[in-house]
Amino acid sequence: MEKITTHTGIGVPLRQSNVDTDQIIPAVYLKRITRTGFEDALFAEWRKDGNFILNREPYTRASVLVAGPDFGTGSSREHAVWALKDFGFKAVLSSRFADIFRGNSGKQGLVAAQLLQDDIELIWKVLDNEPGAEVTVDLEARTAVCGSVTAPFQIDDYTRWRLLEGLDDIGLTLRHEEDITAFEGRRPAHKPTTLPALLQG
Amino acid sequence: MGKTLAEKVWESHVVRKGDVVGSEAQPDLLYIDLHLVHEVTSPQAFEGLRLAGRPLRRPDLTIATEDHNTPTLDIDKPIADLTSRTQIETLRSNCREFGIRLHSLGDAEQGIVHIIGPQLGLTQPGLTVVCGDSHTSTHGAFGALAMGIGTSEVEHVMATQTLSLKPFRTMGITVEGTLKPGVTSKDIILAIIAKIGTGGGQGYVLEFRGSAIRALSMEARMTVCNMSIEAGARAGMVAPDDTTFDYLKDRPHSPKGEHWDAAVADWRELRTDDDAVFDAEVFLDADDLEPFVTWGTNPGQGVSLSQSIPAPEDFADENDRAACERALEYMALAPRTPMKDIRVDTVFLGSCTNSRIEDLRIAADIIRGRTKDPAIRMMVVPGSARVRLEAEAEGLDQVFKDFGAEWRFAGCSMCLGMNPDQLAPGERCASTSNRNFEGRQGKGGRTHLVSPVVAAATAVRGTLSSPSDLDPVPPPVALRPAASATTAV
Ligand code: SF4
Repeated sequence: MEKITTHTGIGVPLRQSNVDTDQIIPAVYLKRITRTGFEDALFAEWRKDGNFILNREPYTRASVLVAGPDFGTGSSREHAVWALKDFGFKAVLSSRFADIFRGNSGKQGLVAAQLLQDDIELIWKVLDNEPGAEVTVDLEARTAVCGSVTAPFQIDDYTRWRLLEGLDDIGLTLRHEEDITAFEGRRPAHKPTTLPALLQG
Repeated sequence: MGKTLAEKVWESHVVRKGDVVGSEAQPDLLYIDLHLVHEVTSPQAFEGLRLAGRPLRRPDLTIATEDHNTPTLDIDKPIADLTSRTQIETLRSNCREFGIRLHSLGDAEQGIVHIIGPQLGLTQPGLTVVCGDSHTSTHGAFGALAMGIGTSEVEHVMATQTLSLKPFRTMGITVEGTLKPGVTSKDIILAIIAKIGTGGGQGYVLEFRGSAIRALSMEARMTVCNMSIEAGARAGMVAPDDTTFDYLKDRPHSPKGEHWDAAVADWRELRTDDDAVFDAEVFLDADDLEPFVTWGTNPGQGVSLSQSIPAPEDFADENDRAACERALEYMALAPRTPMKDIRVDTVFLGSCTNSRIEDLRIAADIIRGRTKDPAIRMMVVPGSARVRLEAEAEGLDQVFKDFGAEWRFAGCSMCLGMNPDQLAPGERCASTSNRNFEGRQGKGGRTHLVSPVVAAATAVRGTLSSPSDLDPVPPPVALRPAASATTAV
């Protein structure tokens, strides 16, 4: 996972509450065997409308989603985070996230920053007045900056640390690789292996 | 204080105790001895490895097969369904790329992932076994700690050969007594689930013990552990004993020579100490058990075959009452109908619960010399290509074919209907599988979970039946002296 200390990119105002994962990525896309290439699947139903904000310039290049409250509710699909990342998002700002979505984001390296709804409104105003304005998400300082607005956000210590260090679950475990190797050295010799393949007649 | 079997296996696999972050202990990091892989839950995990540029840590502790999405007919032809074909081809190329041993369709060792591990002797006592499939609990029959995992965890095991696991609680399930003829291990586990409920095992590792469990064959124990998941448990286990060791001796991947002796010495330690205490205990009397069948749409909604369908008002709990109503509506059944009056359309003998050679033998013994109810469609799907070969060597395939059943190639098949083997809307099935959820075997399909014994008897009579309901087999017709009788045989 990439380390994130601070990220600056075009902010897109999504003035909607309760955006559930079925909206973020409809179920038909779950049959795929890949975990990338979901950019076309992001908000697939809404994007059928040419006027939907992500279809308009400069938002096709946006990387910070400034959403309404209760973002990411519904089904636990990890695909929702994959789709946001594949589109190019590095951070989502909202005043409330669904727990599972927040957890999945942390695992996949997407910053889910929780702001006060008042601050979200202020940022929306800046973005409306100045389409294409950039938002800076500073994970060290835990602030989101947009135009004249500087707003603090919440993110739990453990997730923040992992994002700053660029550690996914696997990366974290691999920090203890020596322990794993030592354990392997102690395994009894009679334990089975699948290779070489021994087959019956 | 002594330790339970599950605790012993857990402790012998701790690579690292969990850190304490804030006031909370993080999960322990456990070593995984055996990782089983199949086509449905692995593709994103492989891609995750590729994206992160990580190798697969232990190809020699990993094995793959094709089972969920494979056809059971025309296996030599390209798979007709494109999504299924892509999934299978993806598994093949992933296994090539990462150096994983794969048993493909057509290979003698291909089959349902939970059938082939034991069969090859890879599933052994005291191991930690994982697979991206909930019925991994099957392998617990050997005294292994075996758990189903999600795709992110599959990737984690691929990359690190470990898994962070939350602590569990232990439940002892003691089954004492002797099963009556015609009553099997499937009836034991269905009765347990009906007793403790589909959530009764939540957070627990179950240990099945007692004289009735000790008396079971390895294959029958696998059936019990397989359905631990239907009781909501994390895993199910049986302590290994001589039955286990006899089963494993001389399997392809069982320890050989001095390794065998060392292994058996280790395995003998794998039992719950006399002074160990379970977090919960359940007792069941085997003497009273009868063939058990489900009437509803979850595995806990079952009764003895000689009983009748309950009515919603029988349930004190409001949720249970509502669940009963909904289930009866979906199943198109009336309260108080005797179970034996229920007519089925299809009999499915298969799945990782009941498709091993013993299951096929039991069913074949019942139908041999009898005629199938003409309205019944019966599908027999061996759990693995090896089981199919064995059955054919014993002539069981001919027994099934003479009876009028379809003899298929190995795979999950109608257990989940991912391939073309599905129930039609409204079709009613007596199935030896493990899940009777709405639509599980095909949209609108209605499933009654049964043992292989009940499946076979039902195919003869057309209604849910046990062998004791069947007329005796007519004596074989005396052979007419053939014209060539005097010449050589
Ligand atoms: S047979 Fe059924 S329960 Fe068993 S692994 Fe296959 S789909 Fe799952």
